[in-house]
Amino acid sequence: MIEKALLKERFVKWVLIAFALSSLLFLFLIFIFILAEGLPLFLKVGVGNIIGGFKWAPTRGSFGIFPMIVSSFLVTIGALAIGAPMGLSCAIYLSEYSGKKTQMLLKPALELLAGIPSVVYGFLGVIYIVPLVRNYLGGSGFSLLSTSIILGVMILPTIISISFDALISVPKTYREGSFAMGATKWQTIYKVILPSAKSGILASFILGMGRAIGETMAVIMIAGNALKIPGSILDPLRTLTGNIALELSYASGDHRLGLFSTGVVLMVIIMILNYIANFGIKRKIAK
Amino acid sequence: MNTKIAIDRLRLSFGKNQILKNITINVYKNTITGFMGPSGSGKSTIISVINRMIDFEDNVEIHGKVSIDGINILDESCSPVILRRRVGTVFAVPIPLPRSIFENIAYGPRLQGISGRTELHRIVEGSLKKAYLWDEVKDRLSTSALKLSGGQQQRLCLARTLALKPEIILLDEPCSGLDPISTAKIEDALNQLKSEYTIVLVSNNTKQIARITDFAAFFYMGTLIEYNTTDKVFTTPMEKQTEDYIQGKFG
Repeated sequence: MIEKALLKERFVKWVLIAFALSSLLFLFLIFIFILAEGLPLFLKVGVGNIIGGFKWAPTRGSFGIFPMIVSSFLVTIGALAIGAPMGLSCAIYLSEYSGKKTQMLLKPALELLAGIPSVVYGFLGVIYIVPLVRNYLGGSGFSLLSTSIILGVMILPTIISISFDALISVPKTYREGSFAMGATKWQTIYKVILPSAKSGILASFILGMGRAIGETMAVIMIAGNALKIPGSILDPLRTLTGNIALELSYASGDHRLGLFSTGVVLMVIIMILNYIANFGIKRKIAK
Repeated sequence: MNTKIAIDRLRLSFGKNQILKNITINVYKNTITGFMGPSGSGKSTIISVINRMIDFEDNVEIHGKVSIDGINILDESCSPVILRRRVGTVFAVPIPLPRSIFENIAYGPRLQGISGRTELHRIVEGSLKKAYLWDEVKDRLSTSALKLSGGQQQRLCLARTLALKPEIILLDEPCSGLDPISTAKIEDALNQLKSEYTIVLVSNNTKQIARITDFAAFFYMGTLIEYNTTDKVFTTPMEKQTEDYIQGKFG
């Protein structure tokens, strides 16, 4: 009887391990797949000509995605410029000022915000933000600015929830000690709580960046998708993700491989961001 | 003797739970007054009313008056931030901020707008000396305060409170987690300090109360049972409950 139970125990353990490792397997497969499809073109055309090239005309042998790399970073920075102050303020309010009741109202609202499909954000952007920008600031409205605004809102849940966790994990005793020495609430936040939660807050920004740089649907709806480096915040632009989504349906041959190369570059950027974010979080725990 | 803190018919409840029942007590200037009693007697709650840390709790209802130098600190017009610069607090668990020893002590003075390097140095050195910690840390003021031992951290917290130049120092079971030697150092420091400050010491340790306080108050279940000079409380207590508590029969 006991032997049977032990056998079952071992069986269950191995099944669980197999399923647990499958996620690793999927990641590995995606990696291999994208590299296998994307790398040959790098070898054929040259890394410099793809990453550093200005001209994207894949049917005529030009695979330069430099403007898209720049554009991806620009919308990400724009999104962060809008999302980071808003998100951090919201997290500070939630953790330091609001009562339990406000928290109970705001937190589900944020989860809902995170759950709204990106196409809905894009739709709202096209209907409201784009005309607003066009009418008040000029240009076509499909622009770096509009995209940054929408992405800024989309990354709010990420930034808020991770910075909130970082802020509330600052020991209550630090707050008490600071108040007991005659600090005001803001002095306590500014001088004690924010420095203590710094690495977690930075991680929230970086993960927010990761989300912004990977966003596709909302971006192709509002960015205008022009193939150049935007000269001002009112110019249209095309991101790496947008490039793949827009062209994959009809691409073939080298054109198709060029899109995979775009994917390789995107993947590398996201891996770097994740690595930085993890590094920040780990260092915090190690302290 | 001059009254420093006058508590007048103080009642306090958390929701339906009444914690303090009509407490009236005067704390005199330049003395050490001990508050003792079993846990749940309300002694720590009184401390958190005097420094208004009670403001951070939800669902609290307070009635009565607490006056410092004749001014009611429970008034709307009294700012808790300014009050806490006059009333310093040392907590049961020493809680240095995650900064250097120097910065921990300079924190309060900096908040009050003192920024001159020499001025800050003078304050830090003076405070550490008064807290009997200077000799142990003078060579490593820039190391993290979290690296100090428990007893040193508690004296750091005392020094940090002294740096505020308060009028009153509240100590909420400051020695509960400390070894006898660290406890003795804190007690020595307090004895030196009472000429300049008014000190309220909350403690579970009746022997400590007997050793260093001038006045002693015994609380039980939110009521002040007995209050007198420490000599009288410990030699000829008026109440049976006080006597039992001092002799260790309950608590």
